[in-house]
Amino acid sequence: MRHGKYPFIVGFLFLPIVLYVGLVLWPYAQTFGYSLTNWSGASQEMDFVGLDNYTRLLDDEVFAGALWHNLLLLILLPVVTILIALFFAFMLNVGGRGGTGGVQGVKGAGFYKVVFFFPQVLSIAILAVLWGAVYRTDGSGLANGVLIKLGLVSASDPVQWLSDPDLVLWCVLAVLVWSGVGFYLVLFSAAMQGIPKDIYEAALLDGAKRGQTFFKITLPLLWETVQTAWVYLAIVAMDAFALVASITPGAYFGGGPDHHSELISTYLMRSFLRNGEAGYACAMGVVIFFFTLILTVVSLWATKRDKIEY
Amino acid sequence: MTTLDKTASVPGQRGTRPKPGKDQRFADGGGVLNVFSHGFLAIWAVLIVLPLAWVVLGSFKTDAQINGSAWSWPAAFHFDAFSRAWSKGIGGFFLNTVIVLLGSVTLTMLLGSMAAYVLARYEFKGNRFIYYLFVAGAMFPVYLALVPLFFMVRNLGEISPYLGLNSYAGLILVYVAYSLPFTVFFMYSFFRTLPSAVHEAAMLDGCSHTRTFFQIMIPMAKPGLISVGIFNVLGQWNQYILPVTLMQPTTAGEADHSMLAQGLVNLALQSGYKSDAPALFAGMTIAMLPVLVVYLSFQRQVQAGLTSATLK
Repeated sequence: MRHGKYPFIVGFLFLPIVLYVGLVLWPYAQTFGYSLTNWSGASQEMDFVGLDNYTRLLDDEVFAGALWHNLLLLILLPVVTILIALFFAFMLNVGGRGGTGGVQGVKGAGFYKVVFFFPQVLSIAILAVLWGAVYRTDGSGLANGVLIKLGLVSASDPVQWLSDPDLVLWCVLAVLVWSGVGFYLVLFSAAMQGIPKDIYEAALLDGAKRGQTFFKITLPLLWETVQTAWVYLAIVAMDAFALVASITPGAYFGGGPDHHSELISTYLMRSFLRNGEAGYACAMGVVIFFFTLILTVVSLWATKRDKIEY
Repeated sequence: MTTLDKTASVPGQRGTRPKPGKDQRFADGGGVLNVFSHGFLAIWAVLIVLPLAWVVLGSFKTDAQINGSAWSWPAAFHFDAFSRAWSKGIGGFFLNTVIVLLGSVTLTMLLGSMAAYVLARYEFKGNRFIYYLFVAGAMFPVYLALVPLFFMVRNLGEISPYLGLNSYAGLILVYVAYSLPFTVFFMYSFFRTLPSAVHEAAMLDGCSHTRTFFQIMIPMAKPGLISVGIFNVLGQWNQYILPVTLMQPTTAGEADHSMLAQGLVNLALQSGYKSDAPALFAGMTIAMLPVLVVYLSFQRQVQAGLTSATLK
């Protein structure tokens, strides 16, 4: 067992670690260094400018707007997605009318799970093209088509969806919720199946209603999973780059109309690839990094509860 | 719902004598709630299926129909739009993606399980540190690293043109590196669950560490490898932000090595399809189809793999 153990360990770990450190960790670290320079990104020349990029960020109105939009998504996306997913997961797992003491999901639960999950396996790029077609501003888009058919919108004055400054962020949020619910539904389902059925049966015998079993049993026992979901959704909300960059109007990574759907990520990419401000873009990256980190820690701390053993 | 149904669903659990009074209590509000919940479930299912079906149908429509009412029904089911989409570049993007994925998924699985196996099965100094180093990488959004990564890959290109920007091998290495955290994390927990007795028996019989890994542990870890493999296929097939940054032609006239998802968005944005909406819809269908097939045939493993990775 001892012979040749260390050469073997080193041999197996060498390539993975070189790749990982070289292409993942080192670029992360470099982002911090570049954020202190006035590097344009086009040449190798750069000067150390200290915290200038960060003080510039403080006065940047576009950046403030982007931060605000990210913050809105950060609150709304997890709340809406988790609520819908929890409701569906409860229906699919324990919401059915059980037999004598039996606890089960509604009919067709398996079918719903497969269908609801499907958007999750589609590329965000496909989602973008798809929803671009759905949100077309004339009557030939699916969204307007349905509304016109229902008589809610007149064919001569269709909804402007992504071109409407007040609607665009809500449209983005809708797509994110649409594609995310299935995953969290399956996540919550897996956790719910770990809850022993006799807890529900005991509650039902004591005369609990279905709504009560949800709030008094399911939710407290799922709390840790809900926390995990919250953190993951927060990361999605901080990113959301591919979607916004490709469906919202605006040259170079969307964000329009007139910065009304601008996110930090789209602003970052534009500063880097189009405006030649790589150092400035890195400073934004660092801000997001700490933003994500602080939010994760705070939300984990704020939602902390005693672990329930069962 | 009848009493018969209820007892049938849990045979022999509590006898077959439902008491009427008890029935009343269990069913309280159930009827209303059931209609309500079924309604919501059905509406959501329609919301998911409708846009997808609409796109697939769109690839059979004519241009005038797509630009007309959203509710038009294709006149005839011709596959013209598919062949037009294919010849307009989707075919090439499809091939690029397959080439890159063949390399990247194989390499991800090989390197990921090698690292995970050593971390899970051997005690040595720094084991914990390396493990957490890998896991931490899964926490941060990719675009934090994009700017330096771009220059890193460009510098690699100066070492060898096969590794630089807009090259298959370069993208393969980047895909592997960014898939490692999840792969190591998942395979680690999988190797931990395998019995150690087989491993010890092999070592006693004089099997080398490397041979034990390839001939004994890998076959035993097959279910885990399949789950993670599917996850990596889906994840890398759908990857968007990495190819957008790394797979742009650096000089005019260089071959377009765009990935499928990236090429599709470019075509949609650059109005390459403006005069030919059916081809865009057909292109989307071509891009969705392999994922749909993989997902439907392996949906149990996909769901189990995705959720167990986040639950642990």
